[in-house]
Amino acid sequence: MHPMNFLPQLLGILAAVLILAVVIEMLRRRRMRERHAFWWLGAGLIALIAGAFPSLLDGIAGALGIAVPLNLVFFASAAVLFLVCLQHSSELSEQEERLRTLTEEAALANERVRALTERVEALEGDSPRPGAAD
Amino acid sequence: MVSLDSTLIVLPAYNEEASVGDVVREIHEKLGAVACLVIDDGSADDTTRVAREAGATVVTLPLNLGVGGAMRVGFRFALEHGFSNVVQVDSDGQHNPESVPDLVAGLESADIVIGARFAGSGDYEVRGPRKWAMKVLSAILSKICGTRLTDTTSGFKATGPRALALFAKNYPAEYLGDTIEALVIAARADCVIAQIPVSMRPRAGGTPSHNPVKAALYLGRAFMALLVALMRPSVSVHTPEATRPAGTTA
Repeated sequence: MHPMNFLPQLLGILAAVLILAVVIEMLRRRRMRERHAFWWLGAGLIALIAGAFPSLLDGIAGALGIAVPLNLVFFASAAVLFLVCLQHSSELSEQEERLRTLTEEAALANERVRALTERVEALEGDSPRPGAAD
Repeated sequence: MVSLDSTLIVLPAYNEEASVGDVVREIHEKLGAVACLVIDDGSADDTTRVAREAGATVVTLPLNLGVGGAMRVGFRFALEHGFSNVVQVDSDGQHNPESVPDLVAGLESADIVIGARFAGSGDYEVRGPRKWAMKVLSAILSKICGTRLTDTTSGFKATGPRALALFAKNYPAEYLGDTIEALVIAARADCVIAQIPVSMRPRAGGTPSHNPVKAALYLGRAFMALLVALMRPSVSVHTPEATRPAGTTA
C-alpha cells in the first residue's frame, strides 16, 4: 500500500487504541464503573475495527446505501455520544434525588441528636461534657 | 377557634435571618404555643441561630434543596412526631399568622387548603403579563383539581393527614414543583383541594416583576412543569389510617 494512504489509516488505529487504553486504565483504577465504560469500549472497538479494515466500513456503508463511507462514521459517532449523554442525564437526575433524600435524612437526624443531647445534658445536671454539641 | 395541638407550622427559610425571628415570634404571639418548625434550607447566614433563639425547632439542611425539598423535610418531621396537619408559612413575613386557624378549620372538609391572595381580601396585587400568566395557569389547575382556584402559586397552605402522608413521600423539589406539581399529585390521588381568602402583606424585600419577557418565561416554565406533572404516573395514598375528610365524596 502507498505510504500516503497508510498514514491516515494508522492515525485512525492509534486514536482507537488510545481510547481503549484510557478507558481500560480508568476501569483498572476504579475511576470508571463498568456500566459507564460499556459505550466507550464499544465505540473504541468499532473505531479500531473500522480503522484496521477500511474495506469493511466501505462495504457496510455501501450495503446501507450511504454514498460517502465517512458519513457512516459521523452518524455512528453522533449516535454513541447521544446515548452516552442521555445515560448521564438520567444518572445525574437519579443522583440528585438520592442526594436530596440523604440531605433530608442527615438534617432530621442532626436535629434529633441535638434534641437528645439537650435532654441528656439536662439529666446530667450542670456538667456539660467538653466538645458537646451546642 | 380550632385547636392547633396537632398542627405543625413549617417555615422554609433560605437566608432569612432578617425576618425569620420576627415571623416566629409573631406566630407564637398570635397563636399561642403552637409547634413551629423552621427548615433552614442551606442558608449562608444566621437563619438557624435566629430562628432557634426565637423559639422555633430548627432543622438545618447542609445543602440548598429549594422550597420543595425543605417542605418534604417538614412533612416527614410532622409524620415522625405525630402531627396530623402541616401549615406552610413563608419566613419573609408575607403571610399573616392570624389566617392559620382559618386554614386549619378548612381541613375539616378538604385535604389541602390554599390561602389565596386574590380571593377578595387584603391589598396584595400583581399586575400586567404576570397576572395573565397566573390566571391561565389557575384556570387549568382549577379544572384538574375540580374546584375554583385563583392563586395556585401561593405558599400559604394547610395540609391534612391524607395529603401529609402523600407529600412526605412525593413532594417535588423542582422549580414550581412545590406549587403546580404538588397540586397535580394531590388531585390525582383524589385529595380534596379548597381555597380560602387570606390577606397578604407586602414582601419585606423586592417587588414582583412586571417585565413581559420574564412573565413569558415564567409562563413557559409553569406550563412545562404542568405538562411534565400530568405525564408522570400518578401516586396514591398508602396509609390505611389516613381517612378522607368527613362529608366529602370523590
